[in-house]
Amino acid sequence: MRSPRGFPTRRPRGQRCRVGHSPPGCSLLAPCHADASSENRSAFLLRRAGVLGVLAFLTLVVGTAAAQGPTYGVGRTPTEEEIRAWDISISPTGEELPPGQGTFEEGQLVYRRQCAACHGVDASGGSGPRLVKRDIEPEHPWDFGRILPIRAPYATVVWDYINRGMPLNREGTLTADQVYALTAYLLSINDVIPEDMVLDAESLPKIQMPNRDAFARVPDWQPGQPRLPGYPH
Amino acid sequence: MGSTRPDRRGFLKGGAALAGGLTLGATEPAFGQLPNPDTYIKGTDDLIAYGVRSQHVTSVRIAHPPGSQASPDAFGKVFHVASPLQDSVGMITPSSLHFVGTTRGSFVPDIDPREHRLMFHGLVDRPLVFTMEDLRRLPSVTRPHFIECAGNRSRTQHKTVQESHGMTSCAEWTGVLLSTLLREAGVKDAGKWIVAEGVEEVKGASSIPMEKAMDDCMVAYGMNGEAVRPQNGFPLRLLVPGFEGIFNSKYLRRIKVVDRYYMTYNDFGHLTRDPDRAALGYQIGPKSVITFPSAGQQLPDRGAYQISGLAWSGGGAIGRVEVSTDGGRRWMDAQIQGTAHRMAHTRFTLQWNWDGNETELMSRSTDELGQVQPTRAQITEFFDSRGVPGQDNSIQPWRIASDGSVHNAIA
Repeated sequence: MRSPRGFPTRRPRGQRCRVGHSPPGCSLLAPCHADASSENRSAFLLRRAGVLGVLAFLTLVVGTAAAQGPTYGVGRTPTEEEIRAWDISISPTGEELPPGQGTFEEGQLVYRRQCAACHGVDASGGSGPRLVKRDIEPEHPWDFGRILPIRAPYATVVWDYINRGMPLNREGTLTADQVYALTAYLLSINDVIPEDMVLDAESLPKIQMPNRDAFARVPDWQPGQPRLPGYPH
Repeated sequence: MGSTRPDRRGFLKGGAALAGGLTLGATEPAFGQLPNPDTYIKGTDDLIAYGVRSQHVTSVRIAHPPGSQASPDAFGKVFHVASPLQDSVGMITPSSLHFVGTTRGSFVPDIDPREHRLMFHGLVDRPLVFTMEDLRRLPSVTRPHFIECAGNRSRTQHKTVQESHGMTSCAEWTGVLLSTLLREAGVKDAGKWIVAEGVEEVKGASSIPMEKAMDDCMVAYGMNGEAVRPQNGFPLRLLVPGFEGIFNSKYLRRIKVVDRYYMTYNDFGHLTRDPDRAALGYQIGPKSVITFPSAGQQLPDRGAYQISGLAWSGGGAIGRVEVSTDGGRRWMDAQIQGTAHRMAHTRFTLQWNWDGNETELMSRSTDELGQVQPTRAQITEFFDSRGVPGQDNSIQPWRIASDGSVHNAIA
């Protein structure tokens, strides 16, 4: 295997010693390449204990220092208001959702004015993607296809995307009420929620989306792992 | 362009006319001199300020996929732009030819770097806001890294390597390690993921595992020795080496440390029902392609040719590249040019003598983890005929016809 010179090659996990061999038990604290047998055993153990003590002390000092403060002190602290204004990431449980509310009827009005031109009057798509499920009865709701208000595992994903990315070229112009209303409209026309449901920060995250449990578990990732463990290629 | 230097040119022409009159056509240069070109490139202020390539070099990017609709502007609504790999040399893609992928439309924000800010918040001890000036005060790293779009997939209708493989590029990136910035903010124990967000229209955000964020991710302000280009994320982009292109958020403005996979719109689009597919949706597999000779090119005659190509992997550095000149029956080790860097394009070459018979050329890479680039048949078999999920890293065969023309040979 060719080893890149510019950057350290990643070592396989479990291999700690880089002196060219790594038998079991070899470590930085008790290097197997030190010839312990030629020394007085108790002196060796004492020395080793001393090394351990110093290392433990250093770990304590460095570890505490790292936990206490920054290394460079560059950058400024944002205010709470700044963070709130910038933070548009909405988690599946919706902690970041702003106050406001909206209904199907309000959403229908917003949709006609701001969305229909691209997504179609009946939401069947146009220059923008389709937003309503087709008139089919698949075995699993997944098979409605990649239509956001039916495929999304959480209603917060629908809210988040409208809020951050819509309408095209006028992103960020919708009020929170309008985003709640549009979400209500889109979820209603896909039969996910009833038309009379009021969406707000409380009710939105509680919606059970039809594909909630259809998504595969997110894989664990560790540095130096193959693309897909068990995949022969 | 095309300006001349009259004195010298007049002298040469006069000389030529004189010589022609004496020797009927053959111009005899003065001793120790070869004929000079007729035209010179005028040294304008623009050329002094910022150079341009020769007018005779015409290699350009193309819209991707080929034939995509041009609307609302020249870049088209499907704004992907593929790099001309067939003309590439070395391992670095010039910034002007770096591939471009966007989430939607051709929106490229025009950001004043003096106004740009990068915020760290969420599960951190110290929320922080950095200016561009702040970031340049911190320890930097410079590393070559490829970025590849997960949709970089060869299809039978593709006529050139630009169409089949052009959605990958490799630049030398300079910036601050994300781990440096995260440590500055102090990640709380519960912080297991980050969400990285850009300024552009959908503010492209993906959930990235903290192990990756602390490993080798970079907040880059430099690209190939100058500022990152606007199409590639000016003034700041996140690099997530070896992960699919979409993770490398451009116009980076915010990193939120969170306690779980945040299921952003990007995440939603990425995930599937099948765990294997989901796993393959992160890391780019070992891949390689011969860029010369490649489809659309023409070998003028039998004889000596240098086969040249690019290899890369999201698993680390390329360890080995093999080339077959007989359709995969025998494989020879190609020469790796220079250093094989981690998660970077690596140039390989093999000297070859074409005997004039029809044949197939192909390359196969192995990365430092020992992952080997599969054939299309192996992928089809493993994934039960469904094709490879995520990035397709299968071996690309090029057919050399007996007339020297080169063709895409995937079935």
